[in-house]
Formats: sequence, structure tokens, C-alpha cells
Amino acid sequence: MSENTTPSAAAVEPVGAPPSPLRETWDYFRKNRGAYVGLIVIAIILFLALTAQWVAPYDPIAQDRAAFLKPPIWMEGADPRYILGTDAVGRDILSRLIHGAQLSVSIGVFVVILSMVSGIVLGMVAGYFRGWVEVAVMRLMDIMLALPSLVMALAIVAILGPGLENAMLAIAIVQLPHYVRLTRASVVSELNKEYVIASQIAGAGHTRQMFVNILPNCMAPLIVQGTLGISSAILDAAALGFLGLGAQPPLPEWGTMLSEAREFVGSAWWVITFPGLCILVTVLAFNLMGDGLRDALDPKMKR
Amino acid sequence: MSFLDTKPGVPLLESDDLVRHYEVNRGFGKPSAMVKALDGVSFTLESQKTLAVVGESGCGKSTLGRQLTLIEKPTSGALKLNGNAVGNLSDKEAKQFRRTVQMIFQNPYGSLNPRKKVGQILAEPVLLNMDNLGRKEREERVHATMAKVGLRPEFYQRYPHMFSGGQRQRIAIARALILEPKVIVADEPVSALDVSVQAQVLNLMMDLQEEMNVAYVFISHDLSVVRHIADDVMVMYLGRVAEKGPTDEIFAKPLHPYTRALLASAPKIDPTQRVKAEPLTGELPSPINPPSGCAFHKRCPFATEECAKVRPELRNFEGREVACHRVEEIA
Repeated sequence: MSENTTPSAAAVEPVGAPPSPLRETWDYFRKNRGAYVGLIVIAIILFLALTAQWVAPYDPIAQDRAAFLKPPIWMEGADPRYILGTDAVGRDILSRLIHGAQLSVSIGVFVVILSMVSGIVLGMVAGYFRGWVEVAVMRLMDIMLALPSLVMALAIVAILGPGLENAMLAIAIVQLPHYVRLTRASVVSELNKEYVIASQIAGAGHTRQMFVNILPNCMAPLIVQGTLGISSAILDAAALGFLGLGAQPPLPEWGTMLSEAREFVGSAWWVITFPGLCILVTVLAFNLMGDGLRDALDPKMKR
Repeated sequence: MSFLDTKPGVPLLESDDLVRHYEVNRGFGKPSAMVKALDGVSFTLESQKTLAVVGESGCGKSTLGRQLTLIEKPTSGALKLNGNAVGNLSDKEAKQFRRTVQMIFQNPYGSLNPRKKVGQILAEPVLLNMDNLGRKEREERVHATMAKVGLRPEFYQRYPHMFSGGQRQRIAIARALILEPKVIVADEPVSALDVSVQAQVLNLMMDLQEEMNVAYVFISHDLSVVRHIADDVMVMYLGRVAEKGPTDEIFAKPLHPYTRALLASAPKIDPTQRVKAEPLTGELPSPINPPSGCAFHKRCPFATEECAKVRPELRNFEGREVACHRVEEIA
């Protein structure tokens, strides 16, 4: 779309003091309504996650033996103290969801940061140096991709031992090949462009070439993959929790809540619906924000 | 030893029998082959002069440019800058070399990093090669160079995609000039531009040559452009030099049959100006398996048996160098 602006018009138009890069990116980001809404939702979730112990009305693991499976307050037979009802052992669902935000968001973010950073480094080295380094790295990634992701995560957790931290590490390893392949593919196509050679003639070393000159041109697909990765990390963590290898009860992790409530799908819909909605909204918000971020970071989308 | 010291009587840039072969895989089970992209090219370039390298696609022009800027190492042969051989360079020497030899690329859409602002693109060579400059001095230098090539100061904060091809090529020229080099290798610098813009860029290059005392190695296939800008012309065919000499003489009286054919194939409006020669037939032979003897003999109207057997070396004839057995008879 930027190609529509005639260069001569762009050249003639007078410009005042140039805005700072951060400010500029923010302005473009804000024009994307979906991304802006996503950001607001994420901000709310982050706020709830950070202030959970003060905002949540109850302790997430405290049980009220007088109130098992109470429905949300707008339904018949509700207990007015529990806005979103209670689960099978009498815990307040709203409090568990608020505390769960803490766990789910940190799982998603940590997993993505870990696998993205190591994936970028591996993919960059493979794509930049080619040769045997590339063969070694990429074949290893192919082997990892050949295994079903949950089976591999299970195997890794089985070796490391069950628990949330090990589950996160396992999911990060499972997600790694996607980042490596994405990075390598972009790097290989960028490497043939003349600006890389121009910088080489200017005297740029390997590290500068890889991370200052080439990497920014490869970031767009990685950012999108990263936002999608947050959601799949949350879901994978839930699956591991369901199998007893991830978050251990009574931790209020959304995916684990979903799994625990599986048997009440027919009788008490609220136990399973609200954690599911939370995952949906969070994932959607991250995806919308990722899209907006990609556009805002791409100078070609700017006018 | 410093590359920056010029010595009287010693050419600025000298290439001595430069050879570059590439190994290519021809598929599983077959032996790999050698592409003789550059097969013994020698020339000298005096300071403030322009040497044009012309020839068909695939004749080794761009490969030559890649050797001259040390993007690749030649298979054999020597490159000399101010009489000093450029072989295995230390970091410090490589830095000096870069400050002396820079490059302009063919495609201004690919040669500028799309994620960097013009200011950042221009500052990179300074940042990497002039350690003694502070941030402020660096910016001043960028602004001064931008002014030199006719870019307005407010372009500093813009991204390359906001510019037209001609302006982008100005940015590329500014990047090549910012270190104040003595030699600029320009690989088809105007062939991606509109004709109207070509003239502007060429005139800018010629003005800057005078102003900054820079010599050009001008790689091109466009003979009208070459005639406009070059002092000397080197005609290449299949990795070797066919003819080398002053521009005016070569255009007035081409000696090598290939040069004649090349000039005859360039379109001219005035019929009296047209050089009478057989148009070239056939394709450029494969550099993997070049013809025996003179590489041109299969397409040459004057070829004899000798041409098919013995490879002609460059020799002096009427003040220029020609690689043809029959130059005396043809001329």
C-alpha cells in the first residue's frame, strides 16, 4: 500500500522535528483498532495477574464446604457471595481465574521468550553460515518435528520430572523448531540481498551482520509466530497439567481447571466455560496485538 | 605499509592476471565442474580516471567487481593498491582497504537496508571505519555527504522505501563516498533507472569524480553510457579481456571482432553512424566448457584454423591491447 504514495510527493512534503522511533511505532500501532483493543485486554489481564492477591475476593484454594458447584449469580440457586459460582470442591471460580491469569500469562510469555531467543540464534547461525552447521541444526530440528509435540513434551517432562517449570521448559523445546526454521528461511532469502553485501564492504562483522542488519528484516513472521506461540504454550501447559505432569493441583492454572472440570460439562457448564473463555480471550488478544505490532514495526506499512 | 600513500608512477589500482573459478555441482554422481568466471584479467587504473568494463551478460564483469572489493577472494592472481599487494589482510589493513575502495550496486531497491533510516545507512561505514569520530561528528559527516549528492537534510530520518530509484541511487552513492575512497567500483549503477534519471546520476558521478578525486571502475553493458563517462574501456569476453584501450579510439575504430559486433549491436538513430559488421550469432558459450583456442572463434566471422587451436594473448596494436590473431589483417 505504501507503493501508492508517489515518491515526489513524499519528498516535497515538509517535515517538522522527526518523532522518536518509539513514538512513531506507537502512533502507527494505535491506528490499528483491533491491535489497540488487544493491547487493552492484555493490559487488563496483566493488571489482574499482578494484583491478584488484592483483587480476588477469596483465596483461590480455599474450599467452602457449604457451596459445591454453585452457579453464577444471575442463575437460580446461586450463592450471592460467588459471582461466577464455585467448582466441585467449593472454590470460588472468579478468584481462581484471577490467580490463574498469573500462571497462564507467565507460562505463555516465558515459553515464547525462551524458545524464540534460542530459535533465533540457532536459525540465524544456520542460515548465515550455511554448510555443515546448517545441516546439523536443521536435521536435528526435522527430527524434533517428526515427533508428535505432546509425546515429545511428555518424554522431556518424564526425564526432568513433573512440575510447572519443567513443563514450561519442555514446551519451549517442543516449540523451538518452528522458530529455527522460520528464522533460517528468512535469513537465507535476506542474505542474497545487496544491502548485506554493501554492509560487508562497509566492514560489518558477522555479529553485526546477523543481529543488526539482517535480523530486523526477519522479525515480522517471528513476531506473529511468537504471539501464536503464547496461546499454544498455554494450551500445551494445560494438556500436560491434565496428564498430571504440568501445574499440580491445587494450582489455579486455566488449563488445569479446564481439565479438572471435564466431568461437569453436562451438569455445571460454568465450571468449564469460564476458564475456556479466559484462554480464548487471552489468546485472541495476543494474536490481535501481534498483528498490529508486526504492521507497526514494518516501515513499508508506514507513510 | 599503508594503502593510503600514493606513490608517483605507481597506478592506483592494478590487477595482475586475476582468476576466479567457481566449483559447481552438476548433480549426484557427476564430477563437479569449474566455472571459469574470470580467467586471467589484468588492468591498471590511474587515480581520477574511469575504466569501463563492458561485455555480454555472463562475461565476468560482476565477478571482477566482486574480486576488486574483496567480497570474494580470487582463485589466483594479484590485486595491488598503490603498488601494495592485497593478499591476506589484517583487520587494520582491511579497514584501510575499505576506506580506499568502495562499491555502488546495480539495484538501488536491494542495496539499501529497508529497516534502516537513510541516516543510519550512511552512518554505518563511518561507525565501523572511523573509530575516532564521536556521534556528533558522525552525524555532521553524514549530513555533509548527503548535501554533496543532492539529498535534502530532512531525508536523514526517512526510510529507503520513501524514495524513487534515482534518489535511492544517490543514497547508495553517498554511502560509497562517505569514507572518501580513492576507487569506487560501480556495478551497472544506472541500468535499473529510467533513462531520464540515468543522465542525472551519471552527471552526479562525474561531478563527484572531479570534486573528490575518485577513480571509477564502471561495469556496464550499456555502450552509450560508457562512451559518456569512461576514459578507458575494457571489453571482456568469457572471463578474458578481448580489447582494452582509450574510449574514443575504441568507439572510433574497434579492432577486435567481438568489439565490432558489440558496437554494431548497439542501436543508433543516425544510419551513417552505424558500424558495418556482422551481427553476433549464437549464444555466449558456457564458461564451464569454453571453446578451445580463442573463446570467440565459434561466433567470429574471421576465424581461421589457428583461432580454434591457439589462444590469443593480449598484445599491443596501434596503442591499445587486443587479443586477436588476425588483428593486422582485419584492421
